[in-house]
Amino acid sequence: MPNKDEKKAGAPSKEDQPAAKPRKKKSVLWREIPEPRAGAARREDADRGDGGFEPRIVAFACNWCSYPAADAAGISKLQYPPNARIIRVMCAGRVHPGFVLRALELGADGVLVSGCHFEDCHYLFGARRAAEQFEKVAEIVRMLGIGPERVRYEQISAAEAPKFARVMHEFVEEIKKIGPSPLAGTAEGELEVPDAVGEERT
Amino acid sequence: MAAAEEGVDLRKELAEALKKSRALLCYECGKCSGVCPVARFDRSFSPRSLLVRAVRGEDATLIEDVNVWSCLTCKLCDTRCPAAIDYGLLTKSVRAFVRHEGGEGMCTHGGAVHALTRIMTSKELEQDRLGWVDDSLKISKKGDTLFFVGCAPYFDVVFSETGAKTLDSAKGAIRLLNAAGVEPMLLPNERCCGHDLLWNGDVENFRMLAQQNLAMIEESGAKRVVVSCPEGYATMKVDYPNHFGDLGFEVVHLTELLAGEIEEGNLEFEGDGETTVTFQDPCRLGRHMGIYDAPRAIISALPGVELIDMQRSRERGICCGVGGWMNCTSFSKMIQATRLREAKSTGASVLVTACPKCEIHLKCALKEQMLRDELQIEVRDLWELAASRLA
Repeated sequence: MPNKDEKKAGAPSKEDQPAAKPRKKKSVLWREIPEPRAGAARREDADRGDGGFEPRIVAFACNWCSYPAADAAGISKLQYPPNARIIRVMCAGRVHPGFVLRALELGADGVLVSGCHFEDCHYLFGARRAAEQFEKVAEIVRMLGIGPERVRYEQISAAEAPKFARVMHEFVEEIKKIGPSPLAGTAEGELEVPDAVGEERT
Repeated sequence: MAAAEEGVDLRKELAEALKKSRALLCYECGKCSGVCPVARFDRSFSPRSLLVRAVRGEDATLIEDVNVWSCLTCKLCDTRCPAAIDYGLLTKSVRAFVRHEGGEGMCTHGGAVHALTRIMTSKELEQDRLGWVDDSLKISKKGDTLFFVGCAPYFDVVFSETGAKTLDSAKGAIRLLNAAGVEPMLLPNERCCGHDLLWNGDVENFRMLAQQNLAMIEESGAKRVVVSCPEGYATMKVDYPNHFGDLGFEVVHLTELLAGEIEEGNLEFEGDGETTVTFQDPCRLGRHMGIYDAPRAIISALPGVELIDMQRSRERGICCGVGGWMNCTSFSKMIQATRLREAKSTGASVLVTACPKCEIHLKCALKEQMLRDELQIEVRDLWELAASRLA
């Protein structure tokens, strides 16, 4: 066994270079890039294409519009996929690029930021702030190459429950199409989310 | 897997670092705290207290202490310490230990930069980060020289509000290289150098980033890597070999390369009126790497530009106020305001810096209207300034 390994590792440098060996021994360390820690299973689920892949979506929803819209969608018994873990924020303008990136880092397959229409903002400037912040994070996500479709910004007022349900349908379908995030399972702490809505409440 | 997770006792490493950094020789003269730019404003912070607690093994107080993360790692204390203690090494090791034990600092910018760099540890990433490279920049596919862009494309987006245009800096750097007859390669999938993670004690993720960068550089066949960012330079030149041994390529800072070309007469600039400027020594370039003259040689080569150094310059230069995107507080703002006032007191109308972070932080401080109106000073990046004067 050790012989085989030696042959493989020694392929580029021939045996007749004893002088260069001690230095090379050290630098070979960085050629062994560690494997991502977990998450391969989820990717396999998606590859099978039998509906085994359920995207995990983090949705930041504004307290004054989109969160009540989600509530109203529930009360009106509108059906929408339960893949989103909704995080209520007082204003979508508070959703800093860091929040979205952190969710992606922890393995979210998609992140939705949903706030008020510009003219409806409870804090007057917050909705515009949300759009500005989202523009930044969308550009970062595009550059990172993890798929610009994974982040989405919507304006859903408290009266637009059907729109909320529709956005959820569309977003989940889109994420199912592009598959699990390449980051799923690579981060230190996997995103800990309940498997079904309502299973775990804080 | 990574060494930080298995088999490595961080407490033992800390003990080792205490020896190596000569911390055990501290005789508590307090010069470090006296000279520290943070301690000048923040009474609760003191490098000496940090050192003493680390030596005594008061782990609990270290883990809970937010001040572990307040140090700018600017190494100003190093220059004054009569016992020649390496505070940089000490802080790095204390942070690695504290992070392992669950302590955490306060990430600025919502943790965006740290999340971004940790995302980059993923092997499967295929970035699209070179959209800014236009036809005016000459890039080659194969060659001996590689230009390590660093985080400029991302900083340009994240910190757009400060008015810092870090991409202008990267473009300027390539223009200057082109003018010096170098057509560098770029890595399309370059990762963060890992500087911020390393200095915040996240050694494991730093190593993952470094490994990928090293693998890509090896694949490119570059014999020389030119870095314009002082942090990237210090990390590649010092920390990569520390962790991975011989790299097989040379790491050069752009200031060194350009200063050499200017001396040989290969690079010429044209005048654009008279300006007086002063120079902010980035801590990574200056105290960490000992490069003081090369950036000054570049500024002096610009016709019509007069350089007046601040009272506290070179090895006495003051940091821009935040290190490693950690613990940006009101004290940071005070450091920045003091530094900007000092710059203005030279009579300069432009403060030139060679580090994207200095640029971001000082421009951010100037967003305060009172300060802006009072000082009327402009902050400019060295590469952007020099490239705008290319003949």
